[in-house]
Amino acid sequence: MENREFNVVGKSIKKIDALALATGEVKFTADIEMPGMLHIAFLYSPHPHAEIVDIDTEEAKNIPGVVLVLTYRDVPDTLHTTAGQGYPEPSPYDTRILDKRVRFVGDRVAIVAAETKEIAEEALKKIKVKYRELPYNLDPEKAEESEQIPPEDAYHLLPTVYEPSKNLAASVELSFGDVEKGFSDADFVLEERFEVQYANHCAIEPHAAVAFYDERGRLNIISTTQVPFHVRRIVSRVLGIPLKNLRVIKPRIGGGFGGKQEVFLEQVVALVTYMTKRPSKVVFSRKEVFVSSRTRHPMITWYKVGAKRDTGEITSLYLKALMNAGAYGPHALTVMANAGSKVLPLFNKIKNLKFEGFSVYTNLPVGGAYRGYGATQGYFGYNVMLDMIAEKLGIDTLEFFKKWHIKKGETSPIFEELGEGKEGVSQIIRSCGLSECIEKGAKAIGWYEKRRKRIKNGDKVRGVGAAILMQGSGIPKIDMGAAYMKMNEDGSFNLHIGATDIGTGSDTILAQIAAEEIGTSVDKIIVYSSDTDFTPFDVGAYASSTTYISGGAVLKCAKKIRKEILKVAQEMLNVPEDALYIENGTVYTRDGQQKVSFQDIVIYSLYTKNQHQIQAVASHIGLESPPPFMAQFAEIEVDIRIGRIEVIKFVSAVDCGKPINPVLVEGQVEGATVNGIGYALWEDYVFDEKGRVKNASFWDYKIPSIRDIPEIEVIICETYEPTGPHGAKSVAEIGINGPIPAIANAVYDAIGIRLTKTPFTPERVLKAIKSQGIKL
Amino acid sequence: MKIEFILNGKKVEVNTDPARRLLDVLREDFGLIGVKEGCGEGECGACAVLIDGKIVHSCLVPVGNVKGKEVTTIEGLKDTEEYKVIHESFLDAGSVQCGFCTPGFVMATYALLKENPQPHEDDIRKAISGNLCRCTGYSMIIDGVKLAAKRGEKLWKD
Repeated sequence: MENREFNVVGKSIKKIDALALATGEVKFTADIEMPGMLHIAFLYSPHPHAEIVDIDTEEAKNIPGVVLVLTYRDVPDTLHTTAGQGYPEPSPYDTRILDKRVRFVGDRVAIVAAETKEIAEEALKKIKVKYRELPYNLDPEKAEESEQIPPEDAYHLLPTVYEPSKNLAASVELSFGDVEKGFSDADFVLEERFEVQYANHCAIEPHAAVAFYDERGRLNIISTTQVPFHVRRIVSRVLGIPLKNLRVIKPRIGGGFGGKQEVFLEQVVALVTYMTKRPSKVVFSRKEVFVSSRTRHPMITWYKVGAKRDTGEITSLYLKALMNAGAYGPHALTVMANAGSKVLPLFNKIKNLKFEGFSVYTNLPVGGAYRGYGATQGYFGYNVMLDMIAEKLGIDTLEFFKKWHIKKGETSPIFEELGEGKEGVSQIIRSCGLSECIEKGAKAIGWYEKRRKRIKNGDKVRGVGAAILMQGSGIPKIDMGAAYMKMNEDGSFNLHIGATDIGTGSDTILAQIAAEEIGTSVDKIIVYSSDTDFTPFDVGAYASSTTYISGGAVLKCAKKIRKEILKVAQEMLNVPEDALYIENGTVYTRDGQQKVSFQDIVIYSLYTKNQHQIQAVASHIGLESPPPFMAQFAEIEVDIRIGRIEVIKFVSAVDCGKPINPVLVEGQVEGATVNGIGYALWEDYVFDEKGRVKNASFWDYKIPSIRDIPEIEVIICETYEPTGPHGAKSVAEIGINGPIPAIANAVYDAIGIRLTKTPFTPERVLKAIKSQGIKL
Repeated sequence: MKIEFILNGKKVEVNTDPARRLLDVLREDFGLIGVKEGCGEGECGACAVLIDGKIVHSCLVPVGNVKGKEVTTIEGLKDTEEYKVIHESFLDAGSVQCGFCTPGFVMATYALLKENPQPHEDDIRKAISGNLCRCTGYSMIIDGVKLAAKRGEKLWKD
């Protein structure tokens, strides 16, 4: 594919669903009400690790309005993973709908379905449970010698390291060259330990699910999901309901960020409806979202890097990652592996490299997919180490970045060595605008005027810092998306896609990709997405895949439609196909003598001659995963008296290939950036000694509000990715990865303190100032 | 208990527990689903409504408190010229992503511009600081509010 002039692509078309969203008329899952609907509530474990010795539900069942009380004795005991990933899932089968053993404060003990939510909640109080408390462990570094957390019969579908008896949820190892020799060849070797914390996605819409039987006796599920097709497959298996009897629909979604790639409510509503033949609904409270949905995986990383003083060549790099999976293991392997695979190829000229990663079980809330997906965890230490090396070399960090980062036409052995649950896919970088991102970002932040200046204002000192990043575009040779299109009598098109718009605007950009290829406008494309009965398959919204993978399917489909249109026009006008071109919904002959509109073409094809439906279907699988690139810059001010860091300005310069819709690209980058700033500075779970979350509310867990955010500048450094639809790569995740290291490096620039543990609270900053001694 | 109030310009009456949350009454008894629940504790602003013209989080208000008062939800605004200006501006500025928080932001913007037709950026930040959004980074919402202030200049002054 080649870069060219575009009519629809590259334009900031308004989101096609935005009007109805703003009026509040669009139904989200929690808005669905049905006659006779049951409301579901959960009883949660008060203990970090315990066996249920006895559970008495009689009194609860006798409350008027209570319809169903379920314990581990009453539900299918199929082991599964709640990770909504492709099949076979690269996550351990270690979860039951309800289990006799509970593994963290907030684990499920019982399910109540009642006429109203209030009655269901009342009934929870009447369930009498006798627990036998078990030894528990909250420290990932002590996981191996602690009491076994996963079930004895837990297993993994893939031939991968999985040792439940040692609380080892996953491990990977990757190495090439000779790291020891590389360290001895180095002029200097730097080592540091980094740690990132628990965090919650905090989509403003809490998780919810609805189930009901339709008039044909099929079980329908509507839920806040990023992965409707995985929901259908997982629910079918867990409940033993034939897949053909299930239909999963994704309505509008109020944000996902990975938190809704998890299947833990759908099997419950489906089960309740299956047992009662009544519609049922569950809506999580904010507290439940914090404690009993999924979180960012905390991770400890140890970096050891050796370099040559004269050339700046990194002779050896060793990274060890220890990830806390929490009480269950969804995404335990893949998030941890991505801390290496999405990070380490960035400096691709390192000849000796070793990465060892471990995911372990603890009696704490459950980790899962979260925007950034391991890269966020890995890039903290990576970018701080690069900043440290550049300083040691006495050169500007940005020059160091530009000299060594991966370039167009280059590759890294890591692409092939490390994939998602199996080996990866080799690829050559076909587009890379990272150097431009670094240059433009530097200019926007005022790098050369401000770096190493340490401008003081009373107790406040300013600094600037930077980070560079890459991500991926879908999971190569695994993720597939499909599209179907048909043409209507007025020249409009139905576009049916399995792809899942969770608020990102993917319905809009996929319509743009189709309209561009066909030669029409976006308002002629009627998008219908994410319904397992009426749209073709798509893996769903994760791994930054929708633009690249689903977009690839839409492009192929639109190409076929275009060909069909031209075929009919050729027949109508009696000219050879190459004598025709399409412009804005009309087919013209190149000599300018004849034309025929899309409407006339469809009328002809449906009613006049050789009658047929102009339609097409196409699937797309990514053979590569071209990384988007980004350079992020923070200008900060540290108040050395109280330890408070204030971000003054933040710049995110991105290469996402061809931006299909620049305003939506900007929205993705800005949103990810702000989420990343929140993670860097404030967001954290506070646990008591039993692992109970003490701040499970928006009052106590602070996400950035409008008054917390600095000036943010997003710069799009356009490139053209030849394997992407109309030149596009992904953009959704990458922006969350850089705020931590960019801010950490800026703090060092300001006061000479290296922060190695997030969030960078005033308390931690003051402690670091005390222990490292301030160097002004 | 019987509670009378004015809802979106019409006199209504509910017979209910006065301690019930206004949010639940609006959603369950009147089907006004534009009022969203994001946290249930007055932090996120997705449930924002106007009570006698002032922006309020309806999850924190017992329905008994609105007796005799005027309650306006997003549904009550959407046929007004003011609303059209705000929503067009939000669309153009990219202020809407998932849209779950948007009705709340629209309500807060309406309340701000009615009181202060030419707000400075600080005024905007203050006025919508009671609303949380996790998709945008807020600056595109600020752009939307600024655009609405400019486009609806005459409207807000009336």
